[in-house]
Amino acid sequence: MIGIISYLVFFLTIGFVLAIAVLGLNLQWGYTGLFNGGVSAFFGAGAYGVILFGGSNKAGQLIGLGLPYPFAVAGAVLLAGLLALIVGLITTRLRHDYLAIATFGVAIAVENFARNAGPITGGAKGLRGFERPFESAINDPFWFNLAYLIFVLVVLIIVYNILESIARSPYGRLLRAIREDEVAAQSLGKSPARVRHQAFILGSMIMGLSGALYATFYAFISPQDILPILTFQIWSMLIVGGSGNNRGAVLGTLVVWAGWVGSGWALTKFAPVEAQLYVGTIQFIMIGLIIVLTLLTKPKGLLPEQLIISHSLDWTESDRDCANCKKQVGL
Amino acid sequence: MIQNLFDGILVGSILSLGAIGLTMVMHMLRFANFSHAELLSLGAYVALVFDKLLELMVPGLSQTIGGLSLTFSLILAIVISMGVTGVSAIIIDWLVFRRIRDSAGPLSMVFASFGVALIVRNLISLVFGLKSKLYNEEIVFAVRVSTDPLLLIKLDQVFVLGMALVIMLIFHFVLSRTTFGYALKAVSENPTLAQVNGVRLAHMIRLIWLIGGGLAAVAGVFYGLNNQVSFLMGKDLVLSLFAAVIVGGIGSIYGAVAGGFLVGLASNMALLILPSGYKPAVPFLIILIILSIRPMGLFGENK
Repeated sequence: MIGIISYLVFFLTIGFVLAIAVLGLNLQWGYTGLFNGGVSAFFGAGAYGVILFGGSNKAGQLIGLGLPYPFAVAGAVLLAGLLALIVGLITTRLRHDYLAIATFGVAIAVENFARNAGPITGGAKGLRGFERPFESAINDPFWFNLAYLIFVLVVLIIVYNILESIARSPYGRLLRAIREDEVAAQSLGKSPARVRHQAFILGSMIMGLSGALYATFYAFISPQDILPILTFQIWSMLIVGGSGNNRGAVLGTLVVWAGWVGSGWALTKFAPVEAQLYVGTIQFIMIGLIIVLTLLTKPKGLLPEQLIISHSLDWTESDRDCANCKKQVGL
Repeated sequence: MIQNLFDGILVGSILSLGAIGLTMVMHMLRFANFSHAELLSLGAYVALVFDKLLELMVPGLSQTIGGLSLTFSLILAIVISMGVTGVSAIIIDWLVFRRIRDSAGPLSMVFASFGVALIVRNLISLVFGLKSKLYNEEIVFAVRVSTDPLLLIKLDQVFVLGMALVIMLIFHFVLSRTTFGYALKAVSENPTLAQVNGVRLAHMIRLIWLIGGGLAAVAGVFYGLNNQVSFLMGKDLVLSLFAAVIVGGIGSIYGAVAGGFLVGLASNMALLILPSGYKPAVPFLIILIILSIRPMGLFGENK
């Protein structure tokens, strides 16, 4: 019984941590239409950041700064933001798929750096020996994990509420305006490039926060945790849930995460021994199929975006091409 | 130094072949196709299968050519693989990209191409195994062309470089002398006007996939000859291919060829100053540099 509960605690903790990253992606893709192909880079910057800023040198295997935990998390988030600032500076004003290519490149470069810059990142072995806050005070793995789950849930709720209020604010409408029609937004005196850059940085910082929470949970990070597949997992979570809808983002995360964990469990339990090597391969195909099939059959996801254009037009359903609104205006 | 130069030109010729198809698709269909590099691995494995099949059916074909490790059956297998890979590219477009093109924006296609890449790459590893393979198990020794500076070249590499250049030359004549070449130019400059003049767009799109896939197959086999045939080939090459396209300017076929050589050279020359572990990050640096100083690429037009 205690085994099932502690597994459930693990499942929900990682699920909520990933949900935070998916919310960050939703701000970029769902609201602003920015294609971030390198989620794992910003997640990784946060994950490595928190251990490097917050870890202490006691064990002699870490060159941590030993900052108090809240400062370490803030530093990790800022590190992810800094990375996004630099990449966005070059790409957010260009053709849209350049951002996809450049961010995909960042992910490879960050993983590459983590793997090779041994003195800082621990190389392929990663960084160990991070002392988690309150770990020694609670002094029981089960209760610590439960407390950590509650902490992560609180952070998720805070992030969710902040993003919801952004979505409903004039700024949120500006983001959607830029997504729908950049030229129109520009004609109203807005600067799409700058706003896109802001949304890109903010979303990436949220991904960094998610990475920081992830690394804190494991008290360990290695290049294996920030492989490009992470980006695709996060993307599939968003698209399954429904991009442009924060509730959908959280729901999609839990659905896909359950599918991932469940399929991994089923494959290792029931698949023949020779096939055990290919569990990861089969799961990757699964993620690919989720992405392609969702785009083909249910592109709006489980919980589609609630689009409100104007109160004077009667809007019943979301419609990206704006076919209905053109009809209503008589186009 | 001179060794890096040669290796760079060799890898560059392979990248150029792969980048031609990518730049055509990115220009015509207006999306960054992350699954294009998987066509290289697909081509390499299809050639591997037909190479073995042909050897079994006609034992005489397993003879190697001259001092190369290359057999007659592999040459035939490359031609077959070009066709198979090109048709596979058309089928993938028909199954996935065409449907999304009709209903959603270009970024949804970029996203779908990630999914397609994951599926193709891992299906290949499921069918052919995780271990990399070789076309010919025999060890071929490199010829010491010069000792100081050291330059080692395999005869296979000379063949690969020569063939890549010949194929690109043929493609150049196709572009500049045939109706297809004119039609392609017309469509890429003004699709509507080209259609008015009787160029069938759907037909052109299929041709672009066929040619792009065929060239990718050759590139994949050549890369496999030079290194190993591995399902990770696409993953390792995707960023270099994008770098080649961006350096050349999206839509410029000659730009993609030049870009391929440039990226190949830069990646290998960078090893003179960087530890070899950082090699995968070099294409990314090239992309960043080009995007910040000349985003339309070296041969692209300013729009």
